[in-house]
Amino acid sequence: MSAAAATSVALPDDTLLTVEHLTMRFGGLVAVEEVTFEAKRRQITGVIGPNGAGKTTLFNCITGFYKPTTGRLSLHRDDGPPLLLEQMDGYLIGQKARVARTFQNIRLFPGMSALENLMVAQHNKLMRASGFTFLGLIGMPGYRRAEAEAKEKAVRWLERLGMVNLADDPAGSLPYGAQRRLEIARAMCTDPVLLCLDEPAAGLNPRESAELNHLLLEIRDQIGIGILLIEHDMSVVMGISDHIVVLDYGRKIADGTPTEIQRDPAVIRAYLGEEEKDDR
Amino acid sequence: MDWFPYFLQQLINGLTLGSVYGLIAIGYTMVYGIIGMVNFAHGDVYMIGAFQAMIMLLICGALGISWVPAILLLMLIVSVVLTAAYGWTVERIAYRPLRGSSRLAPLISAIGMSVLLENYVQLVQGPRPKPVEPLIRGGFQLMGGGADNSFVVQLGYMQIVIVMITIILMGAFAMAIGNTSLGRQQRACEQDMKMASLLGVNVDRTISLTFVLGAALAAVAGMMVTLYYGNNDFFMGFVAGIKAFTAAVLGGIGSLPGAMLGGILIGLIEAFWSAYFSAEYKDVAAFSILVLVLIFRPTGLLGRPEVEKV
Repeated sequence: MSAAAATSVALPDDTLLTVEHLTMRFGGLVAVEEVTFEAKRRQITGVIGPNGAGKTTLFNCITGFYKPTTGRLSLHRDDGPPLLLEQMDGYLIGQKARVARTFQNIRLFPGMSALENLMVAQHNKLMRASGFTFLGLIGMPGYRRAEAEAKEKAVRWLERLGMVNLADDPAGSLPYGAQRRLEIARAMCTDPVLLCLDEPAAGLNPRESAELNHLLLEIRDQIGIGILLIEHDMSVVMGISDHIVVLDYGRKIADGTPTEIQRDPAVIRAYLGEEEKDDR
Repeated sequence: MDWFPYFLQQLINGLTLGSVYGLIAIGYTMVYGIIGMVNFAHGDVYMIGAFQAMIMLLICGALGISWVPAILLLMLIVSVVLTAAYGWTVERIAYRPLRGSSRLAPLISAIGMSVLLENYVQLVQGPRPKPVEPLIRGGFQLMGGGADNSFVVQLGYMQIVIVMITIILMGAFAMAIGNTSLGRQQRACEQDMKMASLLGVNVDRTISLTFVLGAALAAVAGMMVTLYYGNNDFFMGFVAGIKAFTAAVLGGIGSLPGAMLGGILIGLIEAFWSAYFSAEYKDVAAFSILVLVLIFRPTGLLGRPEVEKV
């Protein structure tokens, strides 16, 4: 219940991401229709819904994989006007807007070591420090310092996840749970303001899943960024979300705290079917 | 031991030639690795490099610069910078606009670019081969040539320069790809371009830099060939390019050490074939290797088998 308590302390100007009237059509298929919601800083916003509800499409719009058909996605910053994500080039969403994400089917760089995966995520800083490599090649001290800092940060994350001994293993050969954690760490190494996680608990056993909850709460409380979380595992979503958005057939059917969502008749209908033909 | 001096001489010639192929092959293999296309214009970029080096050599002559290291350095800098600019431009105007279209489109565009570069040089430089005075003459006489009039084994200074420069460049290159931020970025783009872009990697710029680096290495190869054979013409990039491509395929396209190994092997095969069988059919030997590799070991010597992407 500590999660629910956090909702009430969040300030109104803490809005991080505003999604307004977002619609995504693929030919005749409407995957997301007129979805509007907000995600706040220092909060975990869960996005749930039955299969095919449009959750991943929503993520793909936010992270620039798809250009939404209509609608507006604004990312609010402390300094300067909000960034309109639907108008930005793919790589700028990561570089400038600092939105990071993970995937339902893990997308690490399988041939690179765990450490290198975390270093790639920090390359923007390194490229600047290395004078676009040419200074770096002749071993400028500034570059070496930046490289050492990047490595230190990567190692800190590996320690946090208890994977230091796996640092030099190719990411593709790590155990499944470790790959999941590494992908989150890699996203965190980009210094994001918004972290989008697509089913991070899929395929994890109950113990790993509990560790994941702990990690996400730590990221929320200690680093203070906003998290957007797609998850099927209800124990994860209900346990750690401050706020939940429910999608069904591309539309938002409910929006509220976990306790409100659990009681919402529209949500119960979407998940369990009409009350008359309750066949549980 | 009668056969040994002759054999040794072919080994030296083959290694020299192979170094040149290896340098060109890196350009093919890197571009293939990152965007999965064969840059058929790469051989002509190498030809451009040879011409830039030759022009700079003549300018040095006209300006009265005669200190050899200074001439070499000027040739190297001018040829590398200008050829890299060509490489960047080719990518920018012929390949980038086609990214995301079918796999065939950039391939055809590359062939068009190759024809364009050849005809452009033919037009501005004339169709006749251009002889170049050797800058570095002489060498060591390793064996023979005594009273018994046995076979003379020569190791030219220029051959030493070529092999040394190639070793240094390949070493530096392997370091750069393995240990710098740019190299990591390149490998990341190679493995998952979309994901790299999500992490904020500027994919377009990384691809441009790949072309620039490939062209720079081809320019060095062109400069060395200009000084070694001293016979440049607008068509020289065609056969050299296809052989370097063969080298890249033999080593395993997409693999850097593979390109180096393949280059050396193709150089050796060509030298030995010319020496022991028939110099006329040396190209046939090299391209038969391409056919055999594609049939029996399509992933090449050091290539990884293609993994189905999910």
